[in-house]
Amino acid sequence: MTALAYLDHNATSPLRPAALAAMTEALQAGGNPSAVHAVGRRARAMVDAARRQVAGLIGVPASEVVFTSGGTEANAMALAGCGRRRVLVSAIEHESVRRSVPDAEVLPVGADGVLDLAALERALAASSEPALVSVMAANNETGVIQPIAEVVRLGRAAGALVHCDAVQAAGKIALDVPALGVDYLSLAAHKLGGPTGIGALVVRGLAPFAPDRRGGAQETNRRAGTENLSGIVGFGAAAAEAGQGLSAELRDRTEAALAGLAPGAVVHGAGAPRLPNTIFVSMPGVAAETQVMAFDLAGICVSSGSACSSGKVHRSATLAAMGVDDAVAAAAVRISFGWNSRPEDSDRLIAAWRDLYIRAGRSDIGNARAA
Amino acid sequence: MSVLTQVRRNDQPIYLDYQATTPMDPRVLEAMMPYFTHKFGNSGSRSHAYGWEAEEGTEKARAQVAKLIGADEKEVIFTSGATESNNLAIRGVAEFYKDRKNHIITTVTEHKCVLDTCRHLEQQGFEVTYLPVQKNGLVDLEQLRAAITDKTVVVSVMAVNNEIGVIQPLAEIGAICREKKTFFHTDAAQAAGKIPLDVEAMNIDLMSISGHKIYGPKGIGALYVRRKPRVRLVPLIVGGGQERGFRSGTLPTPLCVGLGEAAEIAMKEMDGEAKRLKKLQDRMLKGLRDKLPEIYVNGDLEHRIPGNLNISFAYVEGESLMMGIKGLSVSSGSACTSASLEPSYVLRALGVEEEMAHTSLRIGLGRFTTEQEVDQAVDELVRHVTKLREMSPLWEMAQEGIDLKSIEWAAH
Repeated sequence: MTALAYLDHNATSPLRPAALAAMTEALQAGGNPSAVHAVGRRARAMVDAARRQVAGLIGVPASEVVFTSGGTEANAMALAGCGRRRVLVSAIEHESVRRSVPDAEVLPVGADGVLDLAALERALAASSEPALVSVMAANNETGVIQPIAEVVRLGRAAGALVHCDAVQAAGKIALDVPALGVDYLSLAAHKLGGPTGIGALVVRGLAPFAPDRRGGAQETNRRAGTENLSGIVGFGAAAAEAGQGLSAELRDRTEAALAGLAPGAVVHGAGAPRLPNTIFVSMPGVAAETQVMAFDLAGICVSSGSACSSGKVHRSATLAAMGVDDAVAAAAVRISFGWNSRPEDSDRLIAAWRDLYIRAGRSDIGNARAA
Repeated sequence: MSVLTQVRRNDQPIYLDYQATTPMDPRVLEAMMPYFTHKFGNSGSRSHAYGWEAEEGTEKARAQVAKLIGADEKEVIFTSGATESNNLAIRGVAEFYKDRKNHIITTVTEHKCVLDTCRHLEQQGFEVTYLPVQKNGLVDLEQLRAAITDKTVVVSVMAVNNEIGVIQPLAEIGAICREKKTFFHTDAAQAAGKIPLDVEAMNIDLMSISGHKIYGPKGIGALYVRRKPRVRLVPLIVGGGQERGFRSGTLPTPLCVGLGEAAEIAMKEMDGEAKRLKKLQDRMLKGLRDKLPEIYVNGDLEHRIPGNLNISFAYVEGESLMMGIKGLSVSSGSACTSASLEPSYVLRALGVEEEMAHTSLRIGLGRFTTEQEVDQAVDELVRHVTKLREMSPLWEMAQEGIDLKSIEWAAH
């Protein structure tokens, strides 16, 4: 379909054909799921089926899935709806979490990008006010997987509620929400091959929750507004396919090749458990923007960090929190594979990476050839 | 109309609930499709062609929406729908200006999401005036003028009511708000694309728009936010800073494109469609009145969109009627609240008595409604209303000339 190698799945992942097929049907069928007549009831049945599919992806009862307009809204809803004023977040949370709770206490991560659990324990012990702890399942830039079960264990002991932003992790690794034990969990469909404009907040049965938005009684009074029927149906179909997660094969072969080309290349978070699809790698001495442009000319789509706020060239907050040196951070590019990535995409990235590295005069390979 | 066959098969009920939601126009779906498949990028990605292509799609759509309401494209922000737009407009503006102003004016017939937002703000310490409406459903302009104080931050009056389809005097309300230096928000979910709207001529500062009420997709809406003079809002959803900081979150490109296309089609076809629907509305009303005595149209018939009728069929229980007319998809109130059996608060606000409110149906006509469907619907309604009345002792008494209001019913 395309001559480009799309390696920016952490920004957004192309829609899975099964999701598109389901959505096309839903778009044509129409109907307001809250209407009582036949057309409305048919739409309601589609929403219910999709809710079970999404619930199945993460192992919760369907009644605990509240559809939202996306991950950002799900995060905002959890943080506003949990009723806790004292909030503890990791230093590497997505902006939608950080900016929703600007007064939150910020927990450090180690050099490997993993939350400092001792710091969490100390912070929880420092006050008797019941808190909400919000920690992402996996970081959007490094792909580093966070110790959520441990966070929950410490949180529970201190009477805290736990929210987990699983937008980047869902569909890439298996997530068993009851086993993790979190109270709230955010999902976004378009990161796992579903459509944009739809996400979900999982609110566990016993978790307190007050809706923020006022209006109709949709989503059993947890989120007002006519249901995004096609989005929900597409999310369901994508979730049904994303269950097994992604293989680490492309990531591993790419990383091995880059390490072979440049021993100085730094893969951020390499020492920690990571998502099987994400490589956040610094090409020594070559600015990220230069790399992104060079890859783009070579027909490869990557990114220099998160896509949201767009345009702005700014230093990665994740790398800063990991204590990565400024010069190294400025050379970091994120490569993220997805459900339709092929070995050819990895080959192309490796070849382009090699060419640029030589052109930039950083490589011994280039020098050796010139000599 | 070839499009009809794509929308409704013959074995399906006739869809007459266009105020709850509209079927998507196949042309809208066609415009969206490329953005589901090969143009799938994140419009926030600035480092590659997929992102730029997606952004082209969202920006074209923004311009299409802006054009429909006479706005500048920079003044249009995308939301997840009209409920969110209404929440953001009213709460956002109230919270931003709360140090100077603390009073909000709205009407009793607004959509539930406006009323609930206002009630929530009351709990937060704001003062809210809920203006009554006249018997025809329209706001009394002098009452509105008198209600505005120097503490009034925003007046929120819907453009078209979702149950009775009446059109509020927007230009007049806008002029009063401008003169009194308060912001004017209008929930135009039922109006956009159906009646001409011009934010400049009508002095509208904030306007909510829905995708799925104008033959576009669900899950997308827009909020118009005036730039000159500037209206400021506290965002409800923060994060990546998209949409001028008013609304964070990755833009759903296909949905934005669908809303844009729906807006453009609605604008192009507005005049012709309004005339066509007016004929259908007249035909339906005449058909019913010819065969059925004692039916009453709720809300003004002149200041009303042609795609709506709200009729009380006296001496017939609305729910029984709904159960009977299986071949028709109509509603007995707005979709959000229709699962409940309480009489419509909109009809109660017009002074419709409870019994009459219980006998009402909302009939929505739209782009794919045909003359033949109207005739079939009339036949089915006439048949069932007549049958139910024949079984009704009240109807019998009324026919015998007994004034039912004079009867004192024994409690049991």
